[in-house]
Amino acid sequence: MSEPVDLVVVGAGPAGMTAAATALAGGLRVVLLDSGTALGGQYWRHPPEHARAAVPTDDLHHGLGRYRALCRALAAHRSAGRLDLRLAHHAWSAVREGDGFAVHVVDRRDAPRETAAVLRAPRLLVATGAYDRQLPFPGWDLPGVLTAGGLQALLKGGGVAAGSRVALGGTGPFLLPVAAGLAARGVEVVAVCEAAHPRAWLRHPGPLLRNPGKWAEGASYAATLARHRVPVRPRTAIVAAEGGARVTAVRLAPLAPDGSPRPGTERRVEVDAVGVGWGFAPQLDLLVPLGCALTESADGNAVAAVDAGQRTTVPGLYTAGETCGVGGAALAVHEGRLAAWSVLADSGAAAPAPANRARTAVRSAVARQRAFARAMALAHPVPRAWPAWLTDETVVCRCEEVTAGAVRTARADGAHDHRQVKQLTRAGMGWCQGRMCGPAVHCLTARGRAYEPAERLVATPVTLGALAGLDEEPTDNAEPDKECS
Amino acid sequence: MTLKVVVVGAGVVGAACAFHAASAGLDVTVVDRGPVGAGTTSRGEGNVLLSDKEPGPELALARLSRTLWDEAGRELGADTLELEPKGGLVVASTDESLAALREFAARQEAAGVRAEPVDRVRDLEPHLAPGIPGGVHYPQDAQVQPVLAAAALLRAAVRRGARFHTGEVVGALTTRDGDRTPLGPTPLGPTSHGPTSHGPTSHGPAPVGPVPEGPVPGGRITGVRTAAGEVLPADAVVNAAGTWGGEVGRRLGAPVEVLPRRGFVLVTEPLPPMVRHKVYSADYVANVASSDAGLETSCVVEGTRGGTILVGASRERVGFDTTLNTAVVARLAAQACRLFPFLRGVHLMRAYRGFRPYCPDHLPVIGPDPRVPGVVHACGHEGAGIGLAPGTGALVTAHLLGRPWRDADPAAHTGLLPDRFLTPGGAPQ
Repeated sequence: MSEPVDLVVVGAGPAGMTAAATALAGGLRVVLLDSGTALGGQYWRHPPEHARAAVPTDDLHHGLGRYRALCRALAAHRSAGRLDLRLAHHAWSAVREGDGFAVHVVDRRDAPRETAAVLRAPRLLVATGAYDRQLPFPGWDLPGVLTAGGLQALLKGGGVAAGSRVALGGTGPFLLPVAAGLAARGVEVVAVCEAAHPRAWLRHPGPLLRNPGKWAEGASYAATLARHRVPVRPRTAIVAAEGGARVTAVRLAPLAPDGSPRPGTERRVEVDAVGVGWGFAPQLDLLVPLGCALTESADGNAVAAVDAGQRTTVPGLYTAGETCGVGGAALAVHEGRLAAWSVLADSGAAAPAPANRARTAVRSAVARQRAFARAMALAHPVPRAWPAWLTDETVVCRCEEVTAGAVRTARADGAHDHRQVKQLTRAGMGWCQGRMCGPAVHCLTARGRAYEPAERLVATPVTLGALAGLDEEPTDNAEPDKECS
Repeated sequence: MTLKVVVVGAGVVGAACAFHAASAGLDVTVVDRGPVGAGTTSRGEGNVLLSDKEPGPELALARLSRTLWDEAGRELGADTLELEPKGGLVVASTDESLAALREFAARQEAAGVRAEPVDRVRDLEPHLAPGIPGGVHYPQDAQVQPVLAAAALLRAAVRRGARFHTGEVVGALTTRDGDRTPLGPTPLGPTSHGPTSHGPTSHGPAPVGPVPEGPVPGGRITGVRTAAGEVLPADAVVNAAGTWGGEVGRRLGAPVEVLPRRGFVLVTEPLPPMVRHKVYSADYVANVASSDAGLETSCVVEGTRGGTILVGASRERVGFDTTLNTAVVARLAAQACRLFPFLRGVHLMRAYRGFRPYCPDHLPVIGPDPRVPGVVHACGHEGAGIGLAPGTGALVTAHLLGRPWRDADPAAHTGLLPDRFLTPGGAPQ
C-alpha cells in the first residue's frame, strides 16, 4: 500500500475487527495487525486457514455469523487495497511520532525468522484484549496445569484437548464455556470449581435482568454440562495440584465465606490436566508507555480510561474491548464500533456520521453490558483468603522461581507493591515480565488498590538481530501480508 | 552529643551515606518520598568501574570506593549485594583505537589501576566477534545489583541506629542569628548552633511550629521540613537526591546544577553464561566524558547472575522525557550484535531507562556547601553513582566528623567540593 494510512489497529479480535471494518466502511485506509495467524483474536480463535477443513471448530463458537460477516467485509476492503492486513505481526512498541504514532512490529510470518518494521499513522486504536488472571497455589507450576483460557485456545485453535480427565477451577462464567467445549470433545470434566456462591449475583439482579442474552447463554452452557454430567461445585476451589513429571491429581476444598478452605473437607481427585482462571487481566502494554491514563475497574484491575467515544487521554489514541475493562465479546464489538466512529469524526472523514438512532442504540448497549460486567466482577472476586492457600514454598513467580515466602519477606522489609517486590526478589523479571505473577504479587502486597501493571517498554520479546536490522537499513511499511486471509 | 544528620534520598548514595554515618555513631535519619532505590539506582547496571575513569578526582574516589565495596561485601555478605568482581574487558575495533586505549590504560596504571593489555581477547571472551585487534583487561572492575545493594546498606544503617522516614523534603530550617561556623576541621555539634524549637534528644518528626518560609541567608541548618508538614531536626543535611539533587539543593538554599542525562539499557532473555566480563568498546570512555548534547551510544555488554545479558549504553540530554526512543534501542542492538554475533538470535525481553544525574563538569559534587552551613552535597554522580556510592558515603561521613573516616580523607578529594562552582563570594560562577 503506497498511500498513507489513516489508522493502525492493533489486535484483530472482536473489537479490532469491528473497529477496522467500521473505519474502512467510512472511507479510511487502515492497517490491521495481530500476532495470531488468523483473524478472530481469542474469542473467535481459529486454526490457520490451511488447517480449517481438517479441524472443525464451528460448534465451539458463538456469534460465528458476525465473525464471518466481518471477515468478508475485511476481505473486500483488502482486495480494494484499502486494508493492509498484517497477521503474525507482533507489536513490541508504540510511540508518538510527530502528530501521529509509530507502531514497531516484528513480522513472524516466516518464523523463526523475524523482520522488524514500522507502521505509521496519525491515529492508533489499541484492541489488545486481555489474558487469564492467575492465582498461584501449591502445584500450579506442574506440567498439565494450564489456564482456563489456554485450554480453550488449544481447543479452538487446533482442536486439541489438553487432557482426558480435566478439573477446572477459579471463578467467573468463563469456566462454563471451557467446560462445555471440553465435554463436547469427549473430555471427562471431573469438576468445575467455582469459588463464588451463585447467590452473590442476587445482590445485583438488575444487570442480569437487563441482559437476557447473557442469561440465555449461561443456560445453554448449563444444559450442555448437565447433558455430559459435569458437576459444577459452587464455593469450591482447587487448592493444590499434585504429581511428578506432570499433574496427576488435584485437591478440592469447599470454601468458607472469606475464601479459606474449610478444614478437614479436602477431597483428592485424579486428573491428567487442570484449567484455572480467576477472571482476566487487560493487556495494557502498548497503552501505558504512551501515557494513557488508567482508571479502576470493579474486578480489581486498572484499565484504560476512555470517554464515551473510546478516546483515551492521549490525543489520537483510542482503545476498545477488554483494555477498557473486561466485559466480553459483545461489549467489545460495540466499543470497537464506537471507537471507529470517533476516529472517523476526529479525522474529518467525508463519510456521513452514523444516524443518531444507531449511535444511541450502541451507547445504551455499551452501558447495559458494562453494568453487567461490573455485577459479574463483584460476584466473582478473588477470594480474600486466597493467600492462606499458599505455603512459604509455593512458587509465585515461575520464571524466576520466587516463592511466596520470599515475597512475604520482601513485604516485611517494606516493599509495598509489586514493583518493589520485583526489585528485591526478581519476581516478575523473567520471561513473562510479571504478566503472570504481577496480579498475584499485587494481591499479596497491595490488595485494596487496583492492579496497575509495570510499565513495559518492550511489549513482546524481539530478537536483537531484528532490532539491529532496523538500525542497519530502516524499513518503512515493509511488505504487506500476501498469504493470510 | 551526637550529631543529627538527615540524609535526603534513599538511593544507593543516600543509603551508603547513612551506612557510613551510622557506623561512625552519628544520629541518622534517611528521608525519601519513595522506597529505597526507586530512582536512578533501580535503572543502573550496577557498574563498579575503574576502567572508564581517567586519572583525576573521580578515579581517586572510585579507587577508594572499590575497596569499600569489598569491605561492605565482607560486612554485609557479598551475596546480599550480588557483588561480583568479574573484571572488565575493553576492546578496540581498530589499530588506532587500540593504540589510544593502551596509552589511556598506561596513564591509569600510573594512577594505581590494574590494567593488563590483552592481544587475544577471545581467550577471555570466547563469543566475541573475530577480528578484534586487542583490548585491555581491568581485573578490579566489578558489579553489584544496585537495589539489593542499596537495600542492604540501608538495612545495615538501621541496625546501627538510623531511621528511615517516608516524606518529601520541601525546605530547610536555619538559625536566625546568622551563625556562620563553617563545616570542616571543627566537628559539627548541637552546641555550635543556636536554639531551636526541638529538644536536643528529639528523634523523628516533631510537631510543626511556626517555621521560616525558607532558609535565612547565612543561617546554619537546624532541620528540614517535609511536604506533610513535619520537621526533622538536623545539625547537617546530606543532599543525596541524585537526579533531583539540583531541586533539593535549591529547597535547602544551596542550589547546585544537576541535570538529567537519559540512558536506555536492554535486557535479554536469560541464557547460560555467555559473557563473563563487563565488555565494552573503547569509545565508551570518550562518550562518558563527552559534553555533546545529542545522542551518543557506545556498546557495553555484560551478563548478570540472573542469566540475562545487559546491553547499554546511550546518553541523551532530553530532560526528563520518558518516551522510548526506538532508534536508540535499534542502535544499541546493532552495536551489541557486532561485538557478540550470537546476540542476533537472542531475544530482547525488556528495556528500561533512567536519568543519570550530571554536573556540568561531569564530576560529582561532594562536600559542605559554603553558602548554608550544615548542607553537605553528595550528588551528581552521572552514570557512576553505584560504583562511587560507598566512597561518597565515607567521604561525606569524614566531612561530618571533621576527620578522615575509613581511608576517606577530605583533604584528598578537594576537587569534588561544591566550591568549584562558586565564586569566592558564594555566587554561582
